[in-house]
Amino acid sequence: MSSADIYREIILDYYRNPRNYGKIQNPDIAQRDSNPLCGDELEMHLNIKDDKVADVKFTGKGCAISQASASMLTELILGKDFEYVKKLTKEDILDNLGLHDLGPARIKCALLSLKVLKSGLYSYLVDKLKDTASADKIKEEASGLY
Amino acid sequence: MQTSFINIENIRNDFPILKRKVHKDKPLVYLDNAATTQKPIQVIEAISNYYLNYNSNIHRAVHELAEEATLAYETTRDKIAKFINAKNREEIIFVRGTTEAINLVAYAWGRQNINKDDIIVTTEYEHHSNIVPWQLLAKEKGAKLEYIGVDDNGELILDHLDNYLKTGKVKIVTFSQMSNVLGTITNSEEIVKRCKAYGVRVLIDGAQSVPHLKVDLQKLDCDFFAFSAHKMLGPTGVGVLWARKELLQEMVPFNGGGDMIREVHKYETTWNDLPYKFEAGTPNIADVIGFAAAIDYLDNIGMDKVREHEMELTKYALDKLSQMKGIILYGPKDVTKRGGVISFNLGDIHPHDLATIIDEDGIAIRSGHHCAQVLMERLDVSATSRASFYIYNTKEEIDVFIRSLNRAKELFKL
Repeated sequence: MSSADIYREIILDYYRNPRNYGKIQNPDIAQRDSNPLCGDELEMHLNIKDDKVADVKFTGKGCAISQASASMLTELILGKDFEYVKKLTKEDILDNLGLHDLGPARIKCALLSLKVLKSGLYSYLVDKLKDTASADKIKEEASGLY
Repeated sequence: MQTSFINIENIRNDFPILKRKVHKDKPLVYLDNAATTQKPIQVIEAISNYYLNYNSNIHRAVHELAEEATLAYETTRDKIAKFINAKNREEIIFVRGTTEAINLVAYAWGRQNINKDDIIVTTEYEHHSNIVPWQLLAKEKGAKLEYIGVDDNGELILDHLDNYLKTGKVKIVTFSQMSNVLGTITNSEEIVKRCKAYGVRVLIDGAQSVPHLKVDLQKLDCDFFAFSAHKMLGPTGVGVLWARKELLQEMVPFNGGGDMIREVHKYETTWNDLPYKFEAGTPNIADVIGFAAAIDYLDNIGMDKVREHEMELTKYALDKLSQMKGIILYGPKDVTKRGGVISFNLGDIHPHDLATIIDEDGIAIRSGHHCAQVLMERLDVSATSRASFYIYNTKEEIDVFIRSLNRAKELFKL
């Protein structure tokens, strides 16, 4: 896709004015990852209440695609239940961003936030809920995003 | 089209890839030469000629093909020795690249000579390949790794070096002769002089300098020197470690295997002579032969002319770039102190986004941390964009590049 299609008003707006940017004190889930190829960094914090995402924040450094993607993802999952988050796919993320046909190098930027979210969820399921059965599937899914 | 120093039209005709289009119809503007350079037809033909006409293993067989291959391989060693003005041909060791050369020294020299509480000195503008091998060695030996800082002009703060040297604990100082991010040309002779006063060994990473400057090892007077073929018109997978003969003689081998031995018995082996002691196994014969064609190509132009051409391009680009609103340029302003590598950031456009946008106009630049995360921390940025030039680049290409940067600014509403 052409860069005029990628860098639309809405992507630039989320890049420059990211929603839910910041940290949560003592979060239930804290997950960080980086892209070793380009050095982009992302950290997500979540609070869970009644199996729902009660609060979510992110911090990070990176390109417009990775930062807008992370910010939009936080909006997407806030207030949603676990099942919803578990089922999120990379197509959901790209649909949400309105970005399709990104090249192989840039699609990683768009999916870093989902990888961080799924990895965080995996740790939470294993550590807190001892739910290894569904956790393994999520772990596999997260590692498949790159 | 022409700068006053070299016949650029003739040169461009030697590089088939420069004729291709990218993104359907955009002429390729290749400004990622610090990562790897393009290859002239002479290099490509030298490699295919070996495979087509005299492919054979070297050194041991007695048939005609082997003799031809051995001669071509060993002639490359002579050409390289002459190109960097090394005193002895047997001081030229073929390796896979600069990274392997530095690892070889850290392993084969470092493990014998670095002990607990010794200090290894590197700099804040090193490539990861001149940091990580020393971190591994320092951890293994309980030694310390220290850094010469970089000032706001992008140059090394040599007072830091003096302070480390005064401790009497420094065993080796290792630095890049030209920064792959800032383009800064290191005051190498001065550093070597100061180290010699303390009997400290010096390794110079020449990956960015040998392709662009006349390098004279006898004048430099360092102990180890490393560089790669693929950044100077040659193929990937070949590099050179040069080291003083007396050091190579004392060092243990890096890899054990064929060709590096004199006699092998059940429990003991004696080593082959230099340089073969450090060239275990069948080497990358074809690409070493291709490297000779690259050296010939640069020799024909003359390294002084290469340098003059790049200085002119760099000055032209810096003049244009510095007029752009919102640009931050890194590295020395004075083109006599830097090579043709320009790192920058443009407004709040992340380098990856910038590289994606200008790629659409056919322009290849590098974006990211350039394998220099220590320097990124020093500059307090997560990434930069980097344009780097070579002998086939033109002022017209720089104009295309500047126009494309302006298009990126428009897209980002800057």
